[in-house]
Amino acid sequence: MSQAKALKYEPIAGRTITLVIKYTVCIILAILSIMPFWIMIMNATRNTYEIQQNSIALLPSKYLMYNFKVFEGKSFNPLVGFKNSLIIAALTTIVNIYFNSLTAYALVVYTWRLRQAFFTFIMAILMLPAQVSSIGFYQFMYRIGWTNSFLPLILPAIAGPGVVFFMRQYLLGALSIDIVNSARIDGAGEFYTFNRIVLPIMKPAMATQAIFTFVGSWNNLFMPLILLTDKTKYTMPIMVSLLRGDIYRTEFGAVYLGLTLTVLPLFIVYFTLSKYIIAGVALGSMKE
Amino acid sequence: MGRKKIKSVSYAKYGYIFVIPFVLAFLTFTAYPIFFTAIIGFTDLKGLGKTDFKFLPNIFQNFEQIIKTPSFQKSLVNTVIIWTINFIPQILLALLLTAWFTNQRQKIKGQGAFKVLFYMPNIITAATVAILFNVLFGYPMGPINDLFKLLGLSTEPINFLLDKWTARGVISFIQFWMWYGQTMIVLIAGVLGINPSLFEAAEIDGATSRQVFFYITLPSLRTIMLFTLVTSLIGGMQMFDIPRLFLNGGPDNSTLTVSLFIYNQAFSGSYLYNRAAAASMILFIIIAVLSGILFYILRDKDAAKMKKEMRKLRKAQKAAAREVAA
Repeated sequence: MSQAKALKYEPIAGRTITLVIKYTVCIILAILSIMPFWIMIMNATRNTYEIQQNSIALLPSKYLMYNFKVFEGKSFNPLVGFKNSLIIAALTTIVNIYFNSLTAYALVVYTWRLRQAFFTFIMAILMLPAQVSSIGFYQFMYRIGWTNSFLPLILPAIAGPGVVFFMRQYLLGALSIDIVNSARIDGAGEFYTFNRIVLPIMKPAMATQAIFTFVGSWNNLFMPLILLTDKTKYTMPIMVSLLRGDIYRTEFGAVYLGLTLTVLPLFIVYFTLSKYIIAGVALGSMKE
Repeated sequence: MGRKKIKSVSYAKYGYIFVIPFVLAFLTFTAYPIFFTAIIGFTDLKGLGKTDFKFLPNIFQNFEQIIKTPSFQKSLVNTVIIWTINFIPQILLALLLTAWFTNQRQKIKGQGAFKVLFYMPNIITAATVAILFNVLFGYPMGPINDLFKLLGLSTEPINFLLDKWTARGVISFIQFWMWYGQTMIVLIAGVLGINPSLFEAAEIDGATSRQVFFYITLPSLRTIMLFTLVTSLIGGMQMFDIPRLFLNGGPDNSTLTVSLFIYNQAFSGSYLYNRAAAASMILFIIIAVLSGILFYILRDKDAAKMKKEMRKLRKAQKAAAREVAA
């Protein structure tokens, strides 16, 4: 059966129906993605009475400022959470991208005896979760007085095997050894070459990884929850967890507003960079 | 590799120098804590703020007790149940969408927008999502109850989250909802990586869309699907944020996961660091086995093949040499 025949005999009505089904499913899934957040944002502008009458609203009301006032003097402080999360996520991203790019560069450009062994080691620790070492990590940090410090949340990012793996793949394709050699002929030091010549070449890969590192650090709950007990050090996800407390039981609007405030920065980042993020997810899968 | 020919002798030391920060950070913040956790698992370390410990007379006491603890066994079972209910529909839906989005004969418009929306829940803070769903399923008033009334599915408000299976089901749904978009994008990338000449050949042979999907696309995606399966399983074993903030393990421990169990042992109640450490090590062994499988999948196949070929060649040479000698 040739393709032309197959197409000819396939009834037009049948093809239209499949197309309608496909679009319907996709639109339902899209609504499923948006709806919970839409309800959340709309309810952030409504008061408890309105929400109790009907908790699904498609349009906003006028109690946004009122809901904001509920937070005054309470433990949930979105500004503090925002500031702390921003500091931690930004510094984590910087050290993570810089040092792991450096590690990847060492794996690609230099020929050293343990290179292959080191790469095998990177692959072996690729999926090592932070959770399984959390008890020892906590005890260690407690002994050196680093609880309630941001350092134990930032410094471990210097060793990010996933980023090394990704950067190595990128460098293998994008970096020509001739560039490094000509820099050497011009008398550039190895460290200078990396900082001034190689890093700019890696920009696209760095941007992709930076987004994921930042979002990952921003969303992290487990480690901050263990290490930070001082309320002024709380990160955004810990602030969110406070919204489960009893003091907000009767202030539905404020709970929705609190949730909205925690995801607003993520929405902004996501919708401005979505093209790169989707491409990054696809690229990350090409581990061949 | 032509790189070896470049006179790299004098530069080799930079290879070592540049990986020093990575190695130091790894040793300090990962290797040592794992080692320390393992040690604590054999000791009597418990109580808030305690740091001194001694080894137990029966060195495996914590491990024995953890394995016998009903709530630990339950947390293992829960974790597997919640992961399974999330993963099966997730991979099936992702495959279906992949088939639709890569179908060349019937193109779907607005794919970019759909991908952006399907992936969106993945980047939102899991802690926020958990509390949001808790509020959405609120009782006696909440959006899901209102929706049920609107659709005529119920007349009285339902307290959904009192039921064990509904509670597990909602957590599975949240996981599914957060991850199917990611899985779909990964699978689509996999399809785009398949040699186009395979599809062209199928086209010339007059294969239907369905035949192309089942006989070309699906077999080519095997490695990527296996990769997705194992990474999802490893991630699923560590599920923490959502069960913790959705119902904090309830009702009746039906949404207690292994990570949540470890957290509760160590950072609440009597601060049983030693028991939590023993449970962590058990989890570590499970994840290590799963990672081993992943490592095997991702290994450099060409290099492995080449090594095998070389060995064969050498053997053949030896055999030939022996024959000549004989």
